[in-house]
Amino acid sequence: MTTESPSAKGPSPKAAKTNRLGLDLKVYKGLDSTLCNGCGHDAITHSIVKSFFEYGVEPHRVAKLSGIGCSSKTTAYFLGRSHGFNAVHGRMAAIVTGSNLANRTLLNIGVSGDGDTASIGLGNFLHMVRRNVQIVYIIENNGCYGLTKGQFSATADKGAVQKGGDVNKMETLDCCALAIEMGCGYVARSFSGDAKQLGALIKGAIAHKGTAVLDVVSPCVTFNNHEGSTKSYPYSKEHEDPLHEVGFVPFFEPTEIDYPPGTTKSLDLPDGSHITLQKLGHDYDPTDRTEALDLLHKADRQRLFLTGLLYYDESAPPMSEQLNLVADPLATLPESKLRPPPEALAKVMERFR
Amino acid sequence: MTTSAHERGASTSTAAQPVVNDVVITVATSNGTGSQSANLILMRSIFQMGIPVSGKNMFPSNIQGLPTWFTVRANDDGWVARKRDADVFVAMNVESIEDDVASLRPGALLVVTKSLASHVNRADLEVHVVPFDDLVVPVCKDAKLRKMVVNIMYVGVLAHLLNIDMKEVTGAIGRQFARKASAAAINTAAAVAGYEWAKANLPSSDQRTLVRGNKTQDKIIIEGNQAAALGLVFGGLTVLAWYPITPSSSLCEACADYLDELRRDPETGKATYAVVQAEDELASIGMVIGAGWAGARAATSTSGPGISLMSEFAGLAYFAEIPAVIIDVQRVGPSTGLPTRVSQGDMWKAYHLSHGDCKHPMLIPGSPQECFEFAAEALDLAERLQTLVFMMTDLDLGMNSWMSPPFVPLTKAVDRGKVLSPADLERVGKFARYKDTDGDAIPYRTLPGTAHPLAAYFTRGTGHTEEATYSEKPQHWKANLDRLARKFDTARKLLPRPVIESASGATIGIIAFGSSDMAVKEARAMLAARRVATDYLRLRALPIGTEVRDFVRAHRVVYVVEQNRDAQVTSILRLEMPERAPAIRSVLHYSGLPIDAQSVVDGINEQEAMS
Repeated sequence: MTTESPSAKGPSPKAAKTNRLGLDLKVYKGLDSTLCNGCGHDAITHSIVKSFFEYGVEPHRVAKLSGIGCSSKTTAYFLGRSHGFNAVHGRMAAIVTGSNLANRTLLNIGVSGDGDTASIGLGNFLHMVRRNVQIVYIIENNGCYGLTKGQFSATADKGAVQKGGDVNKMETLDCCALAIEMGCGYVARSFSGDAKQLGALIKGAIAHKGTAVLDVVSPCVTFNNHEGSTKSYPYSKEHEDPLHEVGFVPFFEPTEIDYPPGTTKSLDLPDGSHITLQKLGHDYDPTDRTEALDLLHKADRQRLFLTGLLYYDESAPPMSEQLNLVADPLATLPESKLRPPPEALAKVMERFR
Repeated sequence: MTTSAHERGASTSTAAQPVVNDVVITVATSNGTGSQSANLILMRSIFQMGIPVSGKNMFPSNIQGLPTWFTVRANDDGWVARKRDADVFVAMNVESIEDDVASLRPGALLVVTKSLASHVNRADLEVHVVPFDDLVVPVCKDAKLRKMVVNIMYVGVLAHLLNIDMKEVTGAIGRQFARKASAAAINTAAAVAGYEWAKANLPSSDQRTLVRGNKTQDKIIIEGNQAAALGLVFGGLTVLAWYPITPSSSLCEACADYLDELRRDPETGKATYAVVQAEDELASIGMVIGAGWAGARAATSTSGPGISLMSEFAGLAYFAEIPAVIIDVQRVGPSTGLPTRVSQGDMWKAYHLSHGDCKHPMLIPGSPQECFEFAAEALDLAERLQTLVFMMTDLDLGMNSWMSPPFVPLTKAVDRGKVLSPADLERVGKFARYKDTDGDAIPYRTLPGTAHPLAAYFTRGTGHTEEATYSEKPQHWKANLDRLARKFDTARKLLPRPVIESASGATIGIIAFGSSDMAVKEARAMLAARRVATDYLRLRALPIGTEVRDFVRAHRVVYVVEQNRDAQVTSILRLEMPERAPAIRSVLHYSGLPIDAQSVVDGINEQEAMS
């Protein structure tokens, strides 16, 4: 199993030495992973490191946030020069809502698990999405609680078999469908073993304004990689069905997009970058909300593992714009902006006389 | 129609002299009939006559239909705590009439609406039956509005009985309905009709009368929640996250309104603040902590059930050392309890909120003015101490009407605490997030977004080293926990000092806090009249400092007055001073009603008689 996943520790052989900011890849790395060998999460960590490096994000502008669980530990394994916050189980959504209010200029990346997001944290997650908080929200979805030894989470598929033999009889909870219902403008599903697709989706999410939800199936090699699991490496590799081939064209590398007509769709991102979606077996339009929900319902009924960009809509204003916040971070406003003048208090007092 | 108080006084000079400027008026109505407006008008009319006054609303957890009572106490000496017995009672509610009549003290003056007169079966009351339902018809053509308008008529009747200046009544109506001219007109007509009817049909009271004074000049009437909201706005709050709950909601709503009015950038019109109504209290405190972590001055306000939900996050703020402010407007628990009644029942819970060894500084305002000052101070202390700071207020202070001096502008500069800038980091050349470099146990922090390679650190609720790296090592865990205890001791020196009032030769000390203050002051005067001298320390924060220790040591016995069953602050004081524990006793009040002076006097007398 250990050979199934690239290591979070190793550098990518294809990566350029420095990025557009002149920073080395190692600046985007963190501490060594303490997860099990072969954990899908480490592959995602690697994709995050590579994507932030390739996009050229200034590390100090990033806040890394997580809840509690195996997935939530991974924020320590990337972007060592960024502030990190490993919060309370299921409550990263609330934490990032607050930090986004305090400093709207930060680029937030949140890493959560399926238990953290879909079970204990579901309510706060949905409300974060409703508010359109600025965040790249990655769910490392292995269908179980790894850190407490393999109990089912709410994303376990109906009929999936636990390591001990129990069968999940309840409906599965689809975070992507819920995110679309809540108005999320960037919803993707991917697989930790599909680094190329995942990297493009993360970079697209970095460029997106507002909440971007990436539900990434990430097998738990210790507790959910057996026969009967629907989140194992063998199952996921066999069943992954990409809707399209996802590419990312960054704003700083203007490229003529020249594909044969009708084969590729290009989506504009707010920073001038593009997501390209090259047609594979499906004829799918990710800008159609109804079609997206239909597709997810069909995938659920037919047990399909469809990956790619499920839904994109750049029009929803992020929370900071909805609240009409000043451009500067609230966190660093000077006292002159924080305290109204004495006359203002005197005027208010008059109303109570 | 206006009759001055002096003329009135003269007209009753042949009868027994009525008590002047000392009256408790209670009005019993049905919730949702607009009686709150009438009661506020009654209170303000007396206030405008220069007589100290308070207004306490005893309302049900209901929008329409259940009984509700409002008490106005006017007292020339300024004793405006709740008093048990009403001198004047207005009975308008069929639901409560039997109990209302039974509850009155002998001799009380009862104004009863005609339809309820048959329920009045006591000969020891001075009863005035008023045909309100008939009187309202010519005044209010719209039958649907009559049940609202009828309430202002009793204000007119009381104005006649107690010699309240009708000019002040009509002025107060104009003020109450400043944005609704038609409502002002109809209410004025109704009040005058009530007054004129009473003048023609009833004698002025020979028991009680009100005479214009000069004791409310330069005073305001305000609710503690409004005051606390202003404290947050002028204290430089930048993020407010909240979830609706009685009796805290009005604080957050007032805060949002004031922010909208006062805290927009004059050039762009954009907000220098953010207000979010969260999906629950888990989220509201989570948002506050996330905002505090990223450098906002962030607060939430809630009440008991919300405090329970915030418990896990409180421990994170304590252990990860993140500034956060929770204002707890206490109501009655356990469980849903009495959501619209008052207690000080969260003191112990909030002090130790969360699992493990957790304790939090608490500011305890005793007046609207302190609600204003301490709300601002809480924001400063949270950033200075890098921890969760509570402000403990309650429903009586928060939602009832209190007389106060107008608030004066805050003079102390906003304190942002120990935050390192890129220039600081460049100069120092190293950064250890949880290291005690100054000997006060308060470490330095950096904010996310700080452009320096040394700035980043990893915040976690798990065990960590001084450098904020993960550690399960016993020595790291214990050292950190011990530093947090030292930081709590630093807090003792930064918190507001208690207020002490002394009497000569007193061996009895009284300690009280929050909304009990007014009742305790009145109780001390009552005790002094019986030659029982007491000293009084009003606690304004926890943990205690040296003044409280000295006060306890200096007295034979100390009575801690608190509005809960389990003597919560008494217990905290006993733990702080185990050697004096037997001398620290409690006077407890926990019926859901605001504490009254007689209860304090009785509580002390009973225990003194036994010792």
